[in-house]
Amino acid sequence: MKSDKVLLDHGSGGKISHRMTQDLLLPAFNNPILAELNDGAIFELQGLRLGFSTDSYTVDPIFFPGGNIGELAVYGTVNDLAMCGAEPAYLSAALIIEEGFALDQLQAIVSAMSRAAAHAGVTVVTGDTKVVPRGAVDKIFINTSGIGAIPPGVQIGSRLARPGDRVLLSGTIADHGVSVLASREGLSFQTSVQSDTAPLNHMVRSMLAAGPGVHVLRDPTRGGLGTALNEIAEKSAIGIRIREDRIAVKAEVAGLCELLGLDPLYLANEGKLIAFVAPEDTDAVLAAMRRDPYGHDAVLIGEVTAEHPGKVFMDTRIGGTRIVDMLTGEQLPRIC
Amino acid sequence: MTIKHIEEYRDAELARQLAEQIKRTSRRPVRLMEVCGTHTVSIFRSGIRSLLPETVSLLSGPGCPVCVTDQAEIDAFIEVSKQPEVIVATFGDLMRVPGSTSSLQAERAEGRDIRVVYSTMDALAIARNHPEKQVVFLGVGFETTAPTIAAAILSAAAARLDNFSVLAAHKTVPQALDALMSVEDVRIDGFILPGHVSVIIGLNAYRPFFDRHRIPCVVAGFEPADILQAIVSLIEQIESGKARLVNGYPRAVTEAGNRKAQEILARVFEPADACWRGIGLIPSSGLRIRAAYAAHDAGRRFHLNAVEAGPPKGCACGEILTGKKTPPECALYKKVCTPMDPVGPCMVSSEGTCAAYYRYHY
Repeated sequence: MKSDKVLLDHGSGGKISHRMTQDLLLPAFNNPILAELNDGAIFELQGLRLGFSTDSYTVDPIFFPGGNIGELAVYGTVNDLAMCGAEPAYLSAALIIEEGFALDQLQAIVSAMSRAAAHAGVTVVTGDTKVVPRGAVDKIFINTSGIGAIPPGVQIGSRLARPGDRVLLSGTIADHGVSVLASREGLSFQTSVQSDTAPLNHMVRSMLAAGPGVHVLRDPTRGGLGTALNEIAEKSAIGIRIREDRIAVKAEVAGLCELLGLDPLYLANEGKLIAFVAPEDTDAVLAAMRRDPYGHDAVLIGEVTAEHPGKVFMDTRIGGTRIVDMLTGEQLPRIC
Repeated sequence: MTIKHIEEYRDAELARQLAEQIKRTSRRPVRLMEVCGTHTVSIFRSGIRSLLPETVSLLSGPGCPVCVTDQAEIDAFIEVSKQPEVIVATFGDLMRVPGSTSSLQAERAEGRDIRVVYSTMDALAIARNHPEKQVVFLGVGFETTAPTIAAAILSAAAARLDNFSVLAAHKTVPQALDALMSVEDVRIDGFILPGHVSVIIGLNAYRPFFDRHRIPCVVAGFEPADILQAIVSLIEQIESGKARLVNGYPRAVTEAGNRKAQEILARVFEPADACWRGIGLIPSSGLRIRAAYAAHDAGRRFHLNAVEAGPPKGCACGEILTGKKTPPECALYKKVCTPMDPVGPCMVSSEGTCAAYYRYHY
């Protein structure tokens, strides 16, 4: 049943979001840089190649195990830039605050942003604050944009995966998605799962230094690993084959997913990346990832095939095969 | 159960051996129905279909609670959300299910207060926090979910939480199995019976059904090895011509089931006839809130009378739920009906057969 209203599904990062981007946004702003639909825009300005990205943060709850909306807003944009091969340098921050919001919470969020910026090595150089009447936003929304230069010779993009490339994943999946879900109001799970929110730009710099064969970088945030792999398969017109037994999910995360009927492949990560790397550079790049504090558990999870362009296949733990599709809409916990 | 324990049942080597055994022993073509939607998803997710020989066909049965909910019941859910001063609390699966003219998701976008909860206790908390509103919980699900909803009604009654009520559309599994066997043109050689439901009702609850039909039945857990083991047992029964009712999930299911849950269920609910999508009216296959708890029965409170409503035009959910058709045999599948624009409920629920076929490209 088609609705003439915007539904939450339109913001899920899955197929329904994609359709809105394709049908509404791309035609309106029609230009080749946007049409690439990378995590950030890549373009040249006066001889310098730049990465430029923006993102809005509306996470509920604003404080969750492992972080808050503040560091998420900084790391999210830092990571989007890093996934373009850019070295994040400057950020803007815009805060939209609901009337009545507690000042000490605002203080905590801004402090977290400041610490996160220092940790990632970026500077917040411009910003804006707006306060809106009660109910016009839910507590606080944050938008950050960021800019950074792309070093000469670095060519990263979601169209650049090629057959033979190895697929690397920097650690466990679904930590952020489950941490936020479990701490959401109305859910009374006692859990020690922490969000994985972290800056990935230092790891990316080491990876790019380790070898020239890094073709695609992506942080599987909204929509999760499953959706990110599908986007790359589609844009690069290649097939991807991954191994279920290589994809690590923390026991507690797996348990909660089991309970709620959610698939960790489609839950958000905020401190993980996937990399498509030429076979000859795989070992060096993987070693560079593992040296980084946020890439200890990096593993090879699969490879790119020429067959089945646009599709992602998974060899299951029990020796079967199945397709991994893109998420369609918001994942809804099941009844029984 | 610890995750480590579950891992044993996912053991690749064990699964491989079971798959080999199926290939070795299966001679005649068989149609096995997994009744439960959680089994359907597990089968797809673990790639079990890719390991089975051509002789073994798996059919998905009427075990996705959202899918079997009748169109008139869905319409009643949507209707109650439009009542003044009402907060509707629901499990997430129901949000996208299309009613005759709308869905809960579309109503929420229109401004109705509809909240997704993860347990009935969360719905009780909403009622406690909003004494000025009527909180209506949408009661959908089988014997697994119904006791928790009965417990919520008991809590509400004890706490005199008069603003909490349940719009109940619960269904019970054994009666549906009986009805399934009497549907015309249905060919099923064996049943993989639901694990969670059986934890509550116990193996004995299936005996009358089994004695009537003498068809191979195995209660199964949800890990790949559980399901493969159940298929091994069903094929062995079919090949030898000796039907049995087997408890293949003894680590969770007993003969008698969970008596405490059964008691709570029986205290609040009584058996009633129910309409199942695709099957129609099945005697004594539903649960009605007893008169003693009428105050917490949203159907009585809001005078909601189910208005008859047919299934969406062209939708084959009914035939799919009874194993008569597979999703690709439905004219709407993937053409008009997708998870983005679902026509029938089997395309909506994460455990719906059509959604599973779509997601895993069958």
